Amino acid sequence: MSVLNSKVPTGPIKDKWTKHKNDINLVNPANKRLIDVIVVGTGLAGGAASASLAEMGYNVKSFAYQDSPRRAHSIAAQGGINAAKNYQNDGDSVYRLFYDTVKGGDYRSREANVYRLAEVSANIIDQCVAQGVPFGREYGGLLANRSFGGVLVSRTFYAKGQTGQQLLLGAYAAMNRQIGKGKIKMYNRHEMLELVVVDGKARGIIARDMVTGEIERHSAHAVVIASGGYGNVFYLSTNAMGSNVTAAWRIHKKGAFFANPCYTQIHPTCIPRSGDYQSKLTLMSESLRNDGRIWVPKNIEDVEGIRTGKIKPKDLSEDQRDYYLERRYPAFGNLVPRDVASRAAKERCDAGYGVNATGEAVFLDFASAIQRYGKERAYVQGHKNPTQEEITRLGEQVIEEKYGNLFQMYEKITADNPYKTPMMIYPAVHYTMGGIWVDYNLMTTIPGCYCAGEANFSDHGANRLGASALMQGLADGYFVLPYTIGDFLADEIRTGEIPTNLPEFDEAEKEVKDRIEKLMNIKGSKSVDHFHKELGKVMWNNCGMSRNEAGLKDAIVKIKAIREEFWKDVRIPGTANELNPELEKAMRLVDFLELGELFAVDALHRKESCGGHFREESVELDGEQKGEAKRDDVNFKYVAAWEWTGNPSEAKLNKEELEFNDIELKQRSYK
Amino acid sequence: MSDKGMNLTLKIWRQKDSKSKGKMETYKLSDISEHMSFLEMLDVLNEQLINEGQEPVAFDHDCREGICGMCSLYINGEAHGPDRGITTCQLHMRMFNDGDTIVIEPWRAAAFPVTKDLIVDRSAMDRIQQAGGFISVNTSGNTQDANAIPINKSDADKSFDAAACIGCGACVATCKNASAMLFVSAKISQFALLPQGQVEAKERVDNMVKQMDLEGFGNCTNTGACEAECPKGISLENIARMNREFIKSAVLKDK
Ligand SMILES: Cc1cc2nc3c(=O)[nH]c(=O)nc-3n(C[C@H](O)[C@H](O)[C@H](O)COP(=O)(O)OP(=O)(O)OC[C@H]3O[C@@H](n4cnc5c(N)ncnc54)[C@H](O)[C@@H]3O)c2cc1C
Ligand code: SF4
Ligand code: FES
Repeated sequence: MSVLNSKVPTGPIKDKWTKHKNDINLVNPANKRLIDVIVVGTGLAGGAASASLAEMGYNVKSFAYQDSPRRAHSIAAQGGINAAKNYQNDGDSVYRLFYDTVKGGDYRSREANVYRLAEVSANIIDQCVAQGVPFGREYGGLLANRSFGGVLVSRTFYAKGQTGQQLLLGAYAAMNRQIGKGKIKMYNRHEMLELVVVDGKARGIIARDMVTGEIERHSAHAVVIASGGYGNVFYLSTNAMGSNVTAAWRIHKKGAFFANPCYTQIHPTCIPRSGDYQSKLTLMSESLRNDGRIWVPKNIEDVEGIRTGKIKPKDLSEDQRDYYLERRYPAFGNLVPRDVASRAAKERCDAGYGVNATGEAVFLDFASAIQRYGKERAYVQGHKNPTQEEITRLGEQVIEEKYGNLFQMYEKITADNPYKTPMMIYPAVHYTMGGIWVDYNLMTTIPGCYCAGEANFSDHGANRLGASALMQGLADGYFVLPYTIGDFLADEIRTGEIPTNLPEFDEAEKEVKDRIEKLMNIKGSKSVDHFHKELGKVMWNNCGMSRNEAGLKDAIVKIKAIREEFWKDVRIPGTANELNPELEKAMRLVDFLELGELFAVDALHRKESCGGHFREESVELDGEQKGEAKRDDVNFKYVAAWEWTGNPSEAKLNKEELEFNDIELKQRSYK
Repeated sequence: MSDKGMNLTLKIWRQKDSKSKGKMETYKLSDISEHMSFLEMLDVLNEQLINEGQEPVAFDHDCREGICGMCSLYINGEAHGPDRGITTCQLHMRMFNDGDTIVIEPWRAAAFPVTKDLIVDRSAMDRIQQAGGFISVNTSGNTQDANAIPINKSDADKSFDAAACIGCGACVATCKNASAMLFVSAKISQFALLPQGQVEAKERVDNMVKQMDLEGFGNCTNTGACEAECPKGISLENIARMNREFIKSAVLKDK
């Protein structure tokens, strides 16, 4: 028997959540006032959880490292949020959303969790509309939808290219209402640096006030970690500069298992990097693949011309172009899932067909969509014989309405006008499916410590489908956690306030202070960024889009070496008792340097290819799927939940076997 | 694409903390690529300062893609710098020339005290939102179906345009009166344009305006500078709408 108990309720999958909600312990409203909950993070998951828990009557303390809860990185999500509303009448249903998400995740997620997610998805949209989230609408006044990769229905709700912003502002508004009532105490510019465990239960955190440098103790009856993803272990990613693994890693070191760290999503459509000074990568939303066609030149001779600017992309006729996704995957075309699209771009670029100076870029072209939409709109407006100019103008207008801000963003960064010339894109690290292991209640292996949103491992298996992270974050925060946390807190009504002078608080605070002092005293010669970039290079080259045994072993050795070097030679100017961005970065890198190693260990042990995890040793050798990733259900149909034992390479592997009762296990095919 | 390196002189506001006095310091940078973003240029400066054993310049930033509203620099006398419709993190060095002197200051406003160097405290904006920037609906999930009330597309679009505000504070920093009217009116408009926002419309405008005044933001004298510098194109129409809402609320109260 595994030590992991997923606590999935019994019974048919479609009744599990309802049954569970009925069976779960409740805390009576008067008693909720006696209970404190800490929420680390104010993104969709943490913001929604904070607001909901406070509405229910708990005393909530919320933490964010930014200067306002509204700036959590959920704000940057562009494309949309899925929900099984079937407003388009295209055959969507809870089951289909569930099925697509499990299949999209390459059968490496827990069925019951995904089903619940699909089940509550429709409520999310109702809730957000009631909060005043201005989703995109049709002329008839009803909500509009678009399609995202890996599915054949149109179920994605959006607010132009700023869906995450609008959803987060909804959660932020719900938080504000509770902050105004005194039910949430908000700690901005505070970074959680340690978890406090008392008698085996999570009872508080140690946080640093980033303005004064003061180390503070905060107690509660339960702690929720909703600190987002750890893509910045690669240094360059689409995450915010401050996105980090610290909160998650610290609870891991205190007993929470870390699941599937190697499952990373490399997003196919990002703006290619331009130089060594590059500090982050910018996503161009997947929604663009609704209308953009991806291609490279068919003939290698044309590539040189394109790179040097002698040939313009427009000069190449249709038959001189290779729309490689449409060629390889006729059924899904440009809308194959992200992992598939990314690998296909890498395959073309590795073969020498990359279209920019670095050789790492492909085209995303809107010319046909502009023509198609232009004709449609001209027709609707009664121009039966529009001129070419007219068509282009109207077509560009439609594209502007759909993706205006993305096109503007692209132009500001690259100085190219994507209405006139195709965008250049390349895959970049974007999302981490791996994260803290949680049971059906979203509780970690530490009693009283919960984990929600991107920080946990649940729901997306080995590859996340577009528009499903926003859905998960809000589902966790609005609709799941507020119920499931009651199961634990029901036993806490007589506990009374947790004092912060317990020896466990002393100890945790000392750990943090020692860590800071040690860092400040190194007084070495190289900046934090120097080491972070070194780590990023190893991660990208050895643990990126394609992985193999030798490369992963090499990564483990190299990451250890960088870590040792860091602890000997990092230079952090200033002092610890003031606002000190270099110290903040160093504290985060300390944890990335350990996580990176566990990441490689996990990738090494998983000898199959699944979702975003592609092992060169595991590909189909013949048949229709030749060259595609090969999953190994006989040996790897489990969640790898790693237990900290003192150093990342010696982490203990615990397995949660995955059972598929409601979906037939199949090799994914998008052909 | 020529990748000629630029040589620049930077004059930057340095201030140890909210209590200390600050002053401008001058730094030289060479070989800056025109493809760099403005903040990457500051990264290069900071790397240089760290290597020289000096303290790097503290500035706010996070998403670096123009959406979180964290970055906030006053560059050569303009909030978010010389380009239009963008935030500082989206500003690129191709907007500058070799040999330029660039003056970089924090947002200046009584309601935005300097925390350190180029970082200011914008928590006043959060407090205005806490006073009423929401619709009072619990997150039970038991609300009515999202399509139960159709909303005409033009209102929905206008509501969205107002909701696009990123809360950066450039409007305040730009305004000679340090008024927060554009910011506050954007939130009020977002809700005023939606049926869901009607119920509390009066209380909302009253409470938010009251908090705005309490925080020490100045009055609006219709100079329009805020609209010109707003990275998200928030329109002055929102201020007009908010004034209408405010008057409506005052009239109704008299009854
Ligand atoms: C550019 C981009 C576009 C995306 N587009 C989409 C999309 O269209 N659809 C979709 O479904 N998904 C999208 N995603 C994914 C999705 O946005 C994220 O997975 C999701 O928003 C994460 O939400 P979260 O609440 O888990 O974390 P976040 O929003 O990242 O919030 C993390 C919070 O934790 C806090 N925090 C972190 N560490 C600490 C610490 N140590 N101490 C205190 N506080 C801490 C932060 O301050 C922040 O408040 C996108 C992601 C990116 C990067
Ligand atoms: S109105 Fe414009 S300038 Fe003012 S805070 Fe909002 S986005 Fe920034
Ligand atoms: S850093 Fe987020 S808007 Fe500039």
